[in-house]
Amino acid sequence: MVDDNVILIKNARILDPASGKDETGSVLVKNGVIEKIGKSVSSKVAEEIDAQNLWLFPGLVDMHVHLRQPGQDSKETFATGTRAAAAGGVTRVVTMANTIPVLDNKTGIEFVVERSKSEGCVHVHPVGSVSKGLEGKEISDIGEIVLAGAVALSDDGKGVMDAQLFRRAMEYSTIFDVPIISHCEDHNLSQGGAMNEGQTSTFIGLPGIPAEAETVMVSRDILLAKCTGARLHIAHVSCGESVDLIRTYKKRGVKVTAETAMHYLLLTDKAVEGYNTNAKMNPPLRTEEDRQALLEGLRDGTIDAIASDHAPHTRGEKSQEFDLAPFGIVGLETTLPLMMSYLPQQGLNPLDLIRQMTVAPCEILKLPAGKLEPGMIADLTLWNPTGESQIDPNLFFSKGHSTPFSGWKVTGRVEATIVAGRVVYAPSYSPAASLAAARPS
Amino acid sequence: MTTKFPYKHLLGLRGMPRETIELILDTARAMKEVHSRKVKKVPTLRGKIVVNLFYEPSTRTRTSFELAAKRLSADTVGISTTTSSVVKGESLLDTAHTLRVMGADIIIMRHSSSGAPHLLAENLNISIINAGDGINEHPTQGLLDLFTIREHKGQIQGLTVTIAGDIRHSRVARSNMWGLLTLGAKVRMVGPPTLVPKYVRDLGVEVYTDFDKAIDGADVINLLRIQKERMTANFFPNLREYNRLYGMSSERLANAKPGVLIMHPGPINRGVEISSEVADSPSSVILEQVTNGIAVRMAVLYLLVTGQRERSTEEGASSFLWEAES
Ligand SMILES: [Zn+2]
Repeated sequence: MVDDNVILIKNARILDPASGKDETGSVLVKNGVIEKIGKSVSSKVAEEIDAQNLWLFPGLVDMHVHLRQPGQDSKETFATGTRAAAAGGVTRVVTMANTIPVLDNKTGIEFVVERSKSEGCVHVHPVGSVSKGLEGKEISDIGEIVLAGAVALSDDGKGVMDAQLFRRAMEYSTIFDVPIISHCEDHNLSQGGAMNEGQTSTFIGLPGIPAEAETVMVSRDILLAKCTGARLHIAHVSCGESVDLIRTYKKRGVKVTAETAMHYLLLTDKAVEGYNTNAKMNPPLRTEEDRQALLEGLRDGTIDAIASDHAPHTRGEKSQEFDLAPFGIVGLETTLPLMMSYLPQQGLNPLDLIRQMTVAPCEILKLPAGKLEPGMIADLTLWNPTGESQIDPNLFFSKGHSTPFSGWKVTGRVEATIVAGRVVYAPSYSPAASLAAARPS
Repeated sequence: MTTKFPYKHLLGLRGMPRETIELILDTARAMKEVHSRKVKKVPTLRGKIVVNLFYEPSTRTRTSFELAAKRLSADTVGISTTTSSVVKGESLLDTAHTLRVMGADIIIMRHSSSGAPHLLAENLNISIINAGDGINEHPTQGLLDLFTIREHKGQIQGLTVTIAGDIRHSRVARSNMWGLLTLGAKVRMVGPPTLVPKYVRDLGVEVYTDFDKAIDGADVINLLRIQKERMTANFFPNLREYNRLYGMSSERLANAKPGVLIMHPGPINRGVEISSEVADSPSSVILEQVTNGIAVRMAVLYLLVTGQRERSTEEGASSFLWEAES
């Protein structure tokens, strides 16, 4: 008799960066929780998934996502954004506070927690803002936000210009030991800019955003983290100089962690040529030197995590004049295939990459996920490492379609995404009717 | 004329090959003859609708394009921000599609966003002429400057041309730079470092902060209009100091190379980037630039339309100016 609540995934190549495990075996899931992992795990009652030639790893955790709800449902919703996540092998997303209204109080956080549970198909963790209305003038209801379920504090989308306010917020955050995620941007230096300031911006006549708009804030924030003892996490690192600063102060024991977004690892500001708004995001794509420094930062552990900075906009918004089009591109559905296809040749093997997209963000945010251990929630990604395809934005589940990677060849694809033991995405698993039924539509 | 005009649009001079620039300049010379005739009209563009779509006020460029189109017998329509739905928030693409279905053959556009004409060229199946986009390019201004220099100096190759002033925000400077470099001139740029992006050095442009050194031995000095709002944004302290450091005065002209051409895209700020005496001196070709502007714009319109006819019978011609770059 098959028990619906028991699944056995067998013959998989199991990759678990937390334990360093890379071996063929089986995982038994019962009632949404990992029951057993090993070579000779079996069950008489389980529904079996034969994962021969497939890889099984912890479901990805994307720590930098804009789900846009509340307030900007035309760009994305919990329903569409979490389906996009599932299609990208992501079982857990951290969504930013720059919504309308801003998530600066407990009601907003509760709204995200509850609505994402009823409408979404992956776990969603909200971030609360540092300042009320992202205005950088008064700190938000930090304690109530955290107690309501925010996993971090951030004014992401905007830099916090007032160093005093930022210092106070950092000091206050230590009560709860919650990280402050900093979008490092000095708005005076970046003012009016539409892309990286450099050769390309000079040649195509677009106002530039200098690297220093990021790096001076990275240095300020790290020094404030040092003085306050707060946990600082630098969002979407785009510059080589930022990597150097983080490396130096990490070595000195400052509690600083960092993420980069996947596009900075694959592209430079040359992608903007032709006034391509699909290559417009903030911070902007930088130079080849910066890209190399970011890869080195990932290799030596200076940069802890890779995120998508999934920032969807409508087609209309993105098909405007370059300087008028909003910053931001989508990435939930492309990050895993792109990273798996292009970073191994840069000295980052799949186990490293999976770490940077699972257990590393979980450690930063203190989330009980990102590893394969008995007792953990069964958030799993089944990956088929073979088969070539092209990225096609028309197939995205996200409402946003703006990506500079349209047409890029990728090797491998997500075979199944399992959230708390439930298969939420399985494009080709038609044999098991229950899986097909769970497919998002 | 044996060389064919390979483009559907004129978006910029960056990447435009030497032969094409020379073809435009040669055609402009023929057009200038039309201009000196009694009956200043030729029928090339009869039945064509040319739309002047101006998102920024510009009497000079707009009038120049309008005269050029009329002399080629085109029907012209002018749309500017104050008289169109632009102010009501209609998107650029929506406006352009409306003009297309109304039968426009060529859209001449001035826009405050760099790349705006490229957006139209990518989405519309009609010819686009860039009449100035943001801080990117103003290709017909670049071409008329090249034309003026060539008329006086015979050729561009080997000349030293100094461009002075607010390079950072100047589409005129960029178009001049691309055209001059392609035709083999030595380009110098001078101004306060706040207004001269260092990355032009990567193209072999020499960058100066000392105006006297920058104009020493130059064959041509092109002075850019300085805008007062740059002062309030702290690019330089005040206009008096700007004039002292970078203003073209009679004293400086006296020390310049004999036969030097003084150019300015206009409108000029007398007493700021150029003194009245210099502007009105025999070295100044500022008014000639205006006359040549019409000839160059006639040439561009002519080549786009006649090139179109040739291209329509022939597959595989590049449809975008910037596609020919790589
Ligand atoms: Zn951000």
